[in-house]
Amino acid sequence: MAKIKSLEELKKIKEQAQQSVSLRVKGDNIENLVQVRVAMATCGIAAGARETMNEFIKVLNEEHMDNVVVTQTGCMGYCYAEPTIELTMPGKEPVVYGNVDKNKVHEIVEKAIKGGEMLDGIIPVTHNTVE
Amino acid sequence: MAEYKFHILVCGGTGCLSSNSHEIADGLKDAIKAAGMEEEVKVLQTGCFGFCEKGPIVKVLPDNTFYTQVKPEDVNEIVSEHIVKGRKVNRLLYVDPENEKHISDAKHMDFYKKQMRIALRNCGFIDPENIDEYIGRDGYQALAKCLTEMTPEQVIEEVKKSGLRGRGGAGFPTGLKWQFAHGYQADQKYVVCNADEGDPGAFMDRSILEGDPNSIIEAMAICGYAIGASQGRVYIRAEYPLAIQRLEIAIAQAREYGLLGDNILGTDFSFDIQLCFGAGAFVCGEETALIHSMEGQRGEPTIKPPFPAENGFWNKPTNVNNVETFANIPVIFLKGADWFSSIGTEKSKGTKVFALAGKINNVGLIEVPMGTTLREVIYDIGGGIKNGKKFKAVQTGGPSGGCLTEKDLDTPIDFDNLVAKGSMMGSGGMIVMDEDDCMPSVARFYMEFIEEESCGKCTPCRIGTKRLSELLKDITGGKGTMEHIAELKRVSQVIRDTALCGLGQTAPNPVLSTLAHFEDEYIAHVKDHTCPAGKCTALLKFKINPEACKGCTLCARKCPVGAISGEVRKPHTIDQAKCIKCGACMDNCKFGAITKN
Amino acid sequence: MACNCAKGADKEKYEQLDAFIASLPSTQGELIRVLHTAQGIFGYLPKEVQIYVAKKLDVPVSKVYGVVSFYSFFTMKPKGEYDISVCMGTACYVRGAENVLNEIKNQLGIDIGDTTADGKFSLRTLRCVGACGLAPVVMIGDKVYGRVTPDMVSGILAECK
Repeated sequence: MAKIKSLEELKKIKEQAQQSVSLRVKGDNIENLVQVRVAMATCGIAAGARETMNEFIKVLNEEHMDNVVVTQTGCMGYCYAEPTIELTMPGKEPVVYGNVDKNKVHEIVEKAIKGGEMLDGIIPVTHNTVE
Repeated sequence: MAEYKFHILVCGGTGCLSSNSHEIADGLKDAIKAAGMEEEVKVLQTGCFGFCEKGPIVKVLPDNTFYTQVKPEDVNEIVSEHIVKGRKVNRLLYVDPENEKHISDAKHMDFYKKQMRIALRNCGFIDPENIDEYIGRDGYQALAKCLTEMTPEQVIEEVKKSGLRGRGGAGFPTGLKWQFAHGYQADQKYVVCNADEGDPGAFMDRSILEGDPNSIIEAMAICGYAIGASQGRVYIRAEYPLAIQRLEIAIAQAREYGLLGDNILGTDFSFDIQLCFGAGAFVCGEETALIHSMEGQRGEPTIKPPFPAENGFWNKPTNVNNVETFANIPVIFLKGADWFSSIGTEKSKGTKVFALAGKINNVGLIEVPMGTTLREVIYDIGGGIKNGKKFKAVQTGGPSGGCLTEKDLDTPIDFDNLVAKGSMMGSGGMIVMDEDDCMPSVARFYMEFIEEESCGKCTPCRIGTKRLSELLKDITGGKGTMEHIAELKRVSQVIRDTALCGLGQTAPNPVLSTLAHFEDEYIAHVKDHTCPAGKCTALLKFKINPEACKGCTLCARKCPVGAISGEVRKPHTIDQAKCIKCGACMDNCKFGAITKN
Repeated sequence: MACNCAKGADKEKYEQLDAFIASLPSTQGELIRVLHTAQGIFGYLPKEVQIYVAKKLDVPVSKVYGVVSFYSFFTMKPKGEYDISVCMGTACYVRGAENVLNEIKNQLGIDIGDTTADGKFSLRTLRCVGACGLAPVVMIGDKVYGRVTPDMVSGILAECK
């Protein structure tokens, strides 16, 4: 640990440290954020859900999109369309996308999250999430 | 740096640690390693979440899932279900007592809904043993702002403007206290943090020190800058080993970063902190007594003036504030005095932390805006009285405070309202009592405590509290008369008017306040020789209901003193003169024929 | 005087205490800190240790005794192998700590502050330990027993073997 000798140096450490707590800050405020839930049951993981989740986190970090939080969830039941994700814009009903590969991740981030558009590949929701 | 996708926070407060939360944290780490996810999941122990009743608490983020009463054997399920498969473990979720629904996000629990966390902002949120996490939450920004943008006078002005009042007891305006210490010239001044939480049933200061030690260090440095002190001392109870350990770690890390020491943040301000250990004396909460104890002497108070601001530790100007008071300081500078003073009531600004305990469903540490009513605290946050019993009283302010009853439930809680009701804020202990609690016995409990803790320096407190506790022993022991009650009042008055220090003057409060609200209960003890709550064994009468008694003779055989007599298959009777009220007869009666009252 | 008592098995302990006192930049105002350390080393503060500390710090023995007897944390009696503390904070009190305490007294046949004749158990009360959610609380060493009822006492004592 080097000594902090100025306000600027303190701010630098703060920025680094902020990353480590930002996940928790988001969790505290989850209702006001865009939520991406990746279905991570066995079949989802086999179909590449983990890569999908990692790609989301990577892209969102690169774009500094602090208003989005990525979490995982269990099997959503759309085995034919794995990996599936559920996207919830604040105050709106969740939308489920199927077959989300890396390219689709970029499209979802650009168009659905930033632009608020509905994209192809939406799966009609047949279940309710119990909260 | 590893890119963690999950954080699992495990409560590391004393309450949860007592129920093996350490083992839980270790178990989680092992299970995550076994699942090959240590790069993705970070497990850390935080300070107290406050919901001690449901501890140990485990919180999973970012989905903000709040698991309650977790046992070490639950960790594998949490990891394999929640972390790996993303399915919440329903059976560990909090169940809303009203509709029996599972609630996974703490924000939706009644316990948290009405709370507002300022002093506890980082408790249960950051790793208290890692200064970086505190810095990541704007830590030390307030100190930086004070040192680089403000003069000491401006710092004091800002604290005054915030309306912050001392959280340790009497509620003296903090900014004014700083101003006094600032006003005296001396070659050395001291900032002292009073962490000698001696009030039985209060644990808020300990929880702040365990959960967010850096906020106290930062606030003390700000105070040092404001009053012109380069030395700080934390006077802490030796009975708080975990708080001491975390504070020591935080001080060491702050020194390494140069946030304590010479020329902090490149300015010419220097400040350092040392710990002083208390050794268990309630009176050391009084600031002059505390200072004597810090000097290695008996912790006896002295007459004020001179106030510590003029003549304190080693006869130098000294500013003493309590832990919770300090915990509010950094936020005032980060969010502004105007923001702070917008919270609370006209004369009591901000929030107050309470340790909610006793006969209440949700025991725990809570923080609410000043002006919240007792009803909201006890029924909405506290979940009401345990086992559906009837609310009787709540004791606030510890042994120096008093009790509030049913009719005070809708009073907004602040410094002045509590005093007007004959109690006080004190440090924030809040003990809830139900219909089974006998108020003269509660007064006796507090008087025995004060009698034992009286430092003995002044006669009214030393002898007076002994007399009070003797009188109460007589009353609860069935030997009281109406003269006892008159004498209680008289002695109380004398102590209140003549004791040396604040603790002595408030010592009779438990008696005066229970007498004010429950004099009929005292009278029942001395006139009718009954204890309405059924607590005082000496006053109990065991009776056999002749209609229910089958004359089985079991009670007579079980009675250790031969007080029960009667013929076989005929109702028995108890000789009250012989009875020692052991209750053996009642425990053994198969027909429920024996009652006590 | 001091050298007379620093003998036998306790020699090492006194040396440890000497080393701590020597490590202090100044002994002014450090009496309580020294007594904390001494109690940590010896387990309690018998007369000899108090006299020794007084000599080392150059303060009257009466002052040392005054401080030791003032603070509840300091004890002049040796603790038992199992040091039992019953929390008598208000939260524990209203949830029945007194009954638990009486049961322990009965079973061990000792009063508060005493140690059993075989040196196995000592009994103390303490103020709030902060585990009010588990009230009433009994601590044996570092182990915390929560929501204790008088019925549980014999089982808890039997665990100490």
